[in-house]
Amino acid sequence: MLVDKGGSPRSQARWSIPLLNLLGFAICFAVWWLVTSLHLISLPTPLQVGEKAIELIRSGQLPSDVLASIRRVLIGFALGVVLAVPVGFLVGWYRVARGLIEPPLQFLRMIPPLAIIPLAIVTLGIDEIPKIFVIFLASFLATVVATYQGVITVDATLINAARVLGAKDFTIFIRVLIPASIPFIFVGVRIGMGSAWATLVASELIAAQSGLGFRMQQAQLFYDLPTIFVCLFAIGFIGLIMDRVILAIERKQTAWQERA
Amino acid sequence: MNPKISFRNVTRSFGSLLALDRLNLDIADGEFVTVVGPSGCGKSTALNVAAGLVPTSSGQVLVDGAPVIGPGPDRGVIFQQYALFPWLTVRQNVEFGLRLKALPAKERRSIVQRCIALVGLTDFADALPKTLSGGMKQRCAIARAYAVDPKVLLMDEPFGALDALTRVNMQDQLLLTWSGDRRTVLFITHDVDEAVYLANRVVVMAARPGRLQEVIPVDLPYPRTEAIRLSAEFTAIRNHVWRAVYHQGEAH
Repeated sequence: MLVDKGGSPRSQARWSIPLLNLLGFAICFAVWWLVTSLHLISLPTPLQVGEKAIELIRSGQLPSDVLASIRRVLIGFALGVVLAVPVGFLVGWYRVARGLIEPPLQFLRMIPPLAIIPLAIVTLGIDEIPKIFVIFLASFLATVVATYQGVITVDATLINAARVLGAKDFTIFIRVLIPASIPFIFVGVRIGMGSAWATLVASELIAAQSGLGFRMQQAQLFYDLPTIFVCLFAIGFIGLIMDRVILAIERKQTAWQERA
Repeated sequence: MNPKISFRNVTRSFGSLLALDRLNLDIADGEFVTVVGPSGCGKSTALNVAAGLVPTSSGQVLVDGAPVIGPGPDRGVIFQQYALFPWLTVRQNVEFGLRLKALPAKERRSIVQRCIALVGLTDFADALPKTLSGGMKQRCAIARAYAVDPKVLLMDEPFGALDALTRVNMQDQLLLTWSGDRRTVLFITHDVDEAVYLANRVVVMAARPGRLQEVIPVDLPYPRTEAIRLSAEFTAIRNHVWRAVYHQGEAH
């Protein structure tokens, strides 16, 4: 990820960073193992959680929960981003649109998606639609604000440079505004993905029949701590992978940026 | 002969600030005119008005007899901060303006090739701006401006962000290019030496309100060389311009 010439102090740092990352995880794991096996706190040990994970994978329950959750997150997130990017551009580029749309948008942003759930149940029923809607709303709001912030911070000199070369509004929009905003859009997309995951468990409180959030709810009723741990790990792990995938795409798409 | 660029009573105020007060200036075809003055003298405002990026409050600028009403490819503009599109390679940057014209791809490619060669960036045609030095970035910006074949070049402190050595090199390269086609240039700078070294005429401006102070002809032959830069004649003109810039309002 660091594009630097060899031999600089930075390339030495790059060598050890993955190692440090692994070490960080190892330390967390060791602490967990220590406090649980010494019965300092009454939580399942890594071994118990590992056994439960294998059991849940073998029975096919974990894979089907994971798929159900991923499906909701991806649909809600994709719809959110697909709507957020054009709205973000509209609000950033046109003063009239900004005046009209920004205040209600900022207002909506202050309402936690969790608080929408009762309303979503009453108006949208209890099947997939309200769950996806809440995830959609969370990722839309996060992405739209970042996109519009990106559009309004595009360097005016670049727009002027295009204008003096003969570009009109439409060309400037397509060939200057969009590429210049890409880095900001990716920031928004990453935040949006985080919000989507954060909303998932809450959305699965809505009478779900599957999903990681639903499974944890069930496990809570039976005081099944290992299952809760397995689900938590699955959420963290999948979220991390999705974030890394977006990050990798971002790095590729914004390789032209001068990084400090 | 009609002037190539003509400022006629150009006035521009920003709120209560009078940035430019009734500027009158004619620039002949093929002339290289530099504008120098303290900050706030309206030199950049004057250039932006000619570029069509800033409207006048009153008065107008004529280019080739036609009033300026907005930005357009007949006036190439070079910005101090290069303003290259960082996501495009050198070649794509130079091609940007050409793609807005209905030109056959083959012709477009040959123009791009020629302009990149003109500024000596052929080996870097496929490089992204972030990999270029400041001087190379500005050369790329110059090639981009040349590619659309403007009638005049408007340069806003183009070498202001470069180190002294690079700046001298850039001045020589610019003069070399200019002597090839004698395109009319309006060049803003805060560097008195640069103003004298490049110009047929140096326009000195004064601040509060921004206005024309004095026009000083530079009767030195082209091509300008280091010998000229170090000559007594150059020094005399340089001193004249220096006094006009730094001792405004005092008797000469």
